[in-house]
Amino acid sequence: MPAPRTLLDKIWDDHLVCSPDGEQPLIYIDRHLVHEVTSAQAFEGLRVAGRRVRRPEATFATPDHNIPTTDRSLPIADPISKQQIDTLRANCREFGIRLFDLGDADQGIVHVIGPELGITQPGMTIVCGDSHTATHGALGALAFGIGTSEVEHVLAAQTLRQSKPKSFEVRVEGELYPGVTAKDLVLYIIGRLTTEGGAGYVIEYTGPCIRRLGMEERMTVCNMSIEAGARAGMIAPDRITFDYLRGRDLVPKDFDRAVARWETLPSDAGARYDRSETFSGGDVVPQVTWGTNPAQVVGVDATVPDPASMTDPSDRSSAARALEYMGLQAGTPIAAIPIDRVFIGSCTNSRIEDLRAAASVVRGHQVASRVRAMVVPGSGRVKRQAEAEGLDRVFTAAGFEWREAGCSMCLGMNPDTLAPGERCASTSNRNFEGRQGKGGRTHLVSPAMAAAAAVTGHFTDIRQWRYH
Amino acid sequence: MQPFTTLTGNVAPLDRANVDTDQIIPKQFLKRIERTGFGQFLFFDWRFLPDGSPDPAFELNQPIRQGASILLARRNFGCGSSREHAPWALADYGFRSVIAPTFADIFFNNCFQNGMVPVKLDESDVEELFRRAAAAEAAGQAYRLTVDLQNCLVHDDGGFSRSFPVDSFRRHCLLEGLDNIDLSLKHVDQITAWENAHGLASLKGGAT
Ligand code: SF4
Repeated sequence: MPAPRTLLDKIWDDHLVCSPDGEQPLIYIDRHLVHEVTSAQAFEGLRVAGRRVRRPEATFATPDHNIPTTDRSLPIADPISKQQIDTLRANCREFGIRLFDLGDADQGIVHVIGPELGITQPGMTIVCGDSHTATHGALGALAFGIGTSEVEHVLAAQTLRQSKPKSFEVRVEGELYPGVTAKDLVLYIIGRLTTEGGAGYVIEYTGPCIRRLGMEERMTVCNMSIEAGARAGMIAPDRITFDYLRGRDLVPKDFDRAVARWETLPSDAGARYDRSETFSGGDVVPQVTWGTNPAQVVGVDATVPDPASMTDPSDRSSAARALEYMGLQAGTPIAAIPIDRVFIGSCTNSRIEDLRAAASVVRGHQVASRVRAMVVPGSGRVKRQAEAEGLDRVFTAAGFEWREAGCSMCLGMNPDTLAPGERCASTSNRNFEGRQGKGGRTHLVSPAMAAAAAVTGHFTDIRQWRYH
Repeated sequence: MQPFTTLTGNVAPLDRANVDTDQIIPKQFLKRIERTGFGQFLFFDWRFLPDGSPDPAFELNQPIRQGASILLARRNFGCGSSREHAPWALADYGFRSVIAPTFADIFFNNCFQNGMVPVKLDESDVEELFRRAAAAEAAGQAYRLTVDLQNCLVHDDGGFSRSFPVDSFRRHCLLEGLDNIDLSLKHVDQITAWENAHGLASLKGGAT
């Protein structure tokens, strides 16, 4: 009997090209996703060395980070942004790579369009010059972010040097209470693992609570694995995964045969993980970050923690620095913190389910007068779907701005940024200092919590929401 | 790639944990399409006041820390975004090594691609280095360390010496300044064999 293997073991074994003596193993990469910010230098490297892209048909590109989300018929105002996007276009043309360009109906955030178009499939190895590549693991792939030198390596050799990561089972028992979402669950988990608890590991999320999550929710969970330090997060594929993929543009022609193959992927009974932690879904309440990293998080019913109560000196100084940056006092109830801006979007929470959840909160309400709120769909497809369902009108009637697809205020490389001191309820994934604009103060929350905060002007426990 | 064998240089202590790559090189500087010239933007939001002048309170702006080539920091250095602009900015500013108790995985990898050595030491050893750096600076001198990749050792002139872990293949590549892509393409037959075994031969694009 062969030893029982984990999902990670199976994908790893299948993709190991060679493991020469004294060298790091080479693993094969099935899909390579490319965006404008981390690729220009890699293509330039290829040109200088006279190399070609080994498998252009396994490589897909889209501009997302640096693009305006206002009227797409207008030229890009920032000449340097424009140059970066023009460079991506020229590189895709020169090297024969399929580009979902601005104005293309399928353009969007790279981690939204990958699954949506069926580029992402179970059992694959997927990389992208972006740390939130972990998102694609939700479909049972091994997906992780790489640097630009590695992007160049994958372009040239369709492989990557990798030592096998350790495996980490994060098991979630039970189920989530109504109003508690995948975003709350993953923030809760990060809060307990810390920002580096997953370093060196690939996390596999298992257990009944995870199995109950829909595909979009699973993506939200895997997306934020990197915020716990893990390069990848994954969830074994099941009926929900296959139903999500069936009929998508780029899935295998013989879909049923592919499903039969994918059904062999889940971890075998008795497979061993290098580390395991168990959580209970019923313990999770809606989460709000109070600090400047995603592990600095508490429930919406809690108060801003007091650094003096922390035992670890490094945690204490980080927390004190964070409170100063965030302009918060220890002991303030989270629900008493007023906000100025709301951002619903990013590769964590910009899919159709996220927009549906936010719209159901907003319906029949108005954005508070002091708040400026915007919704940025993750892709052109999500946008069209939302418009077909009338969600855009729910948002705009309430006073939200309704934008074109892109990363937008998740990192504020485009004109969507916070002003210094502005406080934002954001559905994105990073509350780092200056992430959404220099001096901007970011609180990470779920789409429903962001929508509720937009209406009331402060954080509000969504479990007590009056839906219209 | 520039080889790395042994480096002796001044140490710049940055007493912060979870230094993320958004801080190392803020996003407004990621629009450039070159690998060079990022040093001027290193730690931009911490380094400069709103009027553009250097913030005298920021650690790296201390006169005694000018010209340092070794950065000393706390846990989880380089977390967050995968941007290789972070090691590009550190290297362009003059750092060839970062010492910390732990590093984020992607940043750690990226260092090796850019002739930089990330040195992982125990938290207590890092604490000791912070103490020694503070003592030297209090006496008006920059603290100096040697990072010896040949022997995987960090040492000073005052009796501190510790070995640090480094993957032997990566060490070899750095010592020799090898091109990683060239090395991998030596295995092109095996890559092709993998593709054939997985039914990809007919799909294959440009030959390498
Ligand atoms: S939405 Fe944000 S986190 Fe996601 S890829 Fe874009 S910038 Fe990165």
